[in-house]
Amino acid sequence: MTSNGTTYLLTDVRPLGGDPVDVRIDGESIGAIGTRGSLAAEGAHVVAGAGRVLLPGLVDLHTHLREPGREDAETVATGSAAAALGGFTAVHAMANTEPVADTAGVVEQVWHLGQQAGLVDVFPVGAVTVGLRGERLAELGAMADSTAGVRVFSDDGRCVSDAVLMRRALEYVKAFDGVIAQHSQEPRLTADAQMNEGELSGRLGLRGWPAVAEEAIIARDVLLADHVGSRLHVCHVSTAGSVEIIRWAKSRGIAVTAEVTPHHLLLTEDLATSYDPVFKVNPPLRRPADVAAVREALADGTIDIVATDHAPHPVEDKECEWNVAAFGMLGLEQALAVVIETMVAPGLLDWAGVADRLSSAPARIGRRTGHGTPVEVGQPANLVLVDPWARRPVDPAASASRSRNNPYAGRDLPAPVVATFLRGRPTVLDGALCAPAGPRP
Amino acid sequence: MNRHLLSAADLSHEDAVLVLDTARELAAVTGRAVKKLPTLRGRTVVNLFFEDSTRTRISFEAAAKRLSADVINFSAKGSSVSKGESLKDTALTLQAMGADAVVIRHSASGAPHRLAHSGWISAAVVNAGDGTHEHPTQALLDAYTMREHLAGGAGDLSGRRVTIVGDVLHSRVARSNVLLLHTLGAEVTLVAPPTLLPVGVETWPCEVSYDLDAPLPKSDALMMLRVQRERMDAAYFPSEREYARRYGLDARRAALLPDHAVVMHPGPMNRGMEITAEVADGPRSVIVEQVTNGVSIRMAVLYLLLGGAEPA
Amino acid sequence: MATRVLDEADVSRALSRIAHEILEREKGAERLVLMGIPSRGVPLARRIAERIAGIEPGADVPVGSLDITMFRDDLRMKPARALEPTVVPPEGIDGRTVVLVDDVLFSGRTIRAALDALSELGRPRAVRLAVLVDRGHRELPIRADHVGKNVPTSLRESVRVRVAELDGVDEVVIGEDA
Repeated sequence: MTSNGTTYLLTDVRPLGGDPVDVRIDGESIGAIGTRGSLAAEGAHVVAGAGRVLLPGLVDLHTHLREPGREDAETVATGSAAAALGGFTAVHAMANTEPVADTAGVVEQVWHLGQQAGLVDVFPVGAVTVGLRGERLAELGAMADSTAGVRVFSDDGRCVSDAVLMRRALEYVKAFDGVIAQHSQEPRLTADAQMNEGELSGRLGLRGWPAVAEEAIIARDVLLADHVGSRLHVCHVSTAGSVEIIRWAKSRGIAVTAEVTPHHLLLTEDLATSYDPVFKVNPPLRRPADVAAVREALADGTIDIVATDHAPHPVEDKECEWNVAAFGMLGLEQALAVVIETMVAPGLLDWAGVADRLSSAPARIGRRTGHGTPVEVGQPANLVLVDPWARRPVDPAASASRSRNNPYAGRDLPAPVVATFLRGRPTVLDGALCAPAGPRP
Repeated sequence: MNRHLLSAADLSHEDAVLVLDTARELAAVTGRAVKKLPTLRGRTVVNLFFEDSTRTRISFEAAAKRLSADVINFSAKGSSVSKGESLKDTALTLQAMGADAVVIRHSASGAPHRLAHSGWISAAVVNAGDGTHEHPTQALLDAYTMREHLAGGAGDLSGRRVTIVGDVLHSRVARSNVLLLHTLGAEVTLVAPPTLLPVGVETWPCEVSYDLDAPLPKSDALMMLRVQRERMDAAYFPSEREYARRYGLDARRAALLPDHAVVMHPGPMNRGMEITAEVADGPRSVIVEQVTNGVSIRMAVLYLLLGGAEPA
Repeated sequence: MATRVLDEADVSRALSRIAHEILEREKGAERLVLMGIPSRGVPLARRIAERIAGIEPGADVPVGSLDITMFRDDLRMKPARALEPTVVPPEGIDGRTVVLVDDVLFSGRTIRAALDALSELGRPRAVRLAVLVDRGHRELPIRADHVGKNVPTSLRESVRVRVAELDGVDEVVIGEDA
């Protein structure tokens, strides 16, 4: 879907939190930036910024859209709507669909579904191994060469635990500048694991998911990446120990990047005392000390980006006993809110930092040149207008996602997204979705 | 008393002593010709068992019937627990049937908590054992048995020393006992190989020992936990023989106990593994008494929970 | 505003009179058992037994206690309460005349429960009822055989019996309900 050539004038906005300016969008690009009142409003739709913050459209490197296969949980269209409402202009759709996104055919299908929905660019992530089974490599090159142009490969949900297979995958994707996004979880140490292993798991009688199961894989993988000279991306870092290993690896010049989820920035393991599976997630919610460590790492750049791990699940997979419930929680619509709450408000990150961690850095890791670009004349008009002051309690029923497993339900959080533009076309205005999801074939 | 009994931690010192005192009076009543009291006439108690446990179910059933409650046994084992909707659907069914109390046994830790707090049901919920979490009525009947033998059947267990031996990691009985015994003033020592102790056990209100012989001479009560042979396959310990040698209770070890000490086991026992037949059937063993006391304790719990409850 | 309607001497006289009445009615202390209803019925029963022994030297009337908690019909309305002991004298109650002793007779529901509880313990030849105070407002067809004092009350009032064994003083007080 392309822009219709309409002109928008955003008045009194502060790019990356800087001085207030007016920004004119011409077609798909930023046409002009000038001091307040300096740009002609004629013929343009005016969006009054009122001193709000303008950021490049957010880019999520880790989204589960569930389509194809689990359309009862989410579709590309509903997930795209949730993403747009969260300020995103691009998301990377994880490969653990049914069928698995392990062939050019499936990734192209997802890519096209995203284009049809037309609310965000949906970049498919390819599976590392056939069927996520961890046995042999999927056709990574074919997915890279497809229309979808896959650059990020992941067996997310499963860990590529076989060291030889991981080594080969890291080596193989060098041919097309790909990256392996690893779900770091030593499988034997986490068999039937339910929550963070510690005093609380012992008390609640829930089998523990020890931090070492994450850290051991990250340690192995950074050494492998170093050895073969390839790019490694560490998904959803959740422990203080993982941060230390990544910090060490970066100090050695190893090409490792890392993400943290909004929920690991805010929520802690004690929520499991309710036995409400809405708080069941993989990797699990950790201790306050881990939350402090990942916040600090995101601030100093040890962790490069925030990625949502948006994981929709139908109600019956969460309204049940903890042990049998599905792992995962929603994230797209509250990601920026959580970052403002945990990073911006306490002064750990400024708006330029937010633009880096949620837009330009993830676009760079995913090798997506049309996203995460600076707010400058001539750049694609992928933008989000952010109200740093608005707050309201999170209402899961108000979500555009098809699912309701929202861990922030009832929590008073920022409600920052005022408007989102995808290549000059508004997908969200006044905090509401602009256009319905595109027609389905 | 709280409205539900989900964890031994729900019981204050006062609550716990009240349950034990009530159970004692009820034991006296049921010891007479009277086996039945009209107290819960017209009330419905559902035994909701998602996991087999004939002994616990029978104990709750006998307790409810002696209080004249209508008892419905609902065995949900085998009905797909893997598709968790069943707990919710079952709860809604019980609600529609007007259950006043639901006694739930489940393989998933927290299932009773979920049932009590999900808003699916208004009945009082009694945890009859959930996964590797808790089994509070077992702890109460254990405390009752100890109080009869060690404290003259009155007050609490202040200063009494209780040693609990075995698979603490997977034991809901151990968790509930540590909490309740601590509430009642007893000093608890857990004994197990390090592999069978949960991470964080050092924060529990008890002592921990890897050696069984050391705490025996100063133990007033010794509780042996069931150790499943399958744990061996998951490398928790090398062999049955080694386990029995290091952590099993045999006649030699029983002789290290003070004369007044009692030997307990929540059952079912693995004779020859954690306890030898000689000790299990010996004079110190109060294992059969534990079963008898279970009925009185469960009567007390049902009576105390259902008092003041609105009619369903 | 609390009003004392019986003081120590009044209580003492009332109990003596009840002891005399019982002896007169039952034509002696033979085959008599006093069962106090906890908590204040129990010391009152003991005192009546002592007075009987004083009137008829050699009469040793067995005294027991009968907890009626588990037989009450108001469990739904009130929180469950701790149980009091039920003690049956070694002589048992079969074929004997049981005198139930309680402090206050009000709705009659306690006595209804006591009759149920008693029937679980055996089969007395006859059951009588002695109370220190009858305050009226019966809800069941029950009346006392021996009454220390009839005290007309309104439903808003509370009647509190205190006995030396439990409360340090013998008295009956009427107050407005809080």
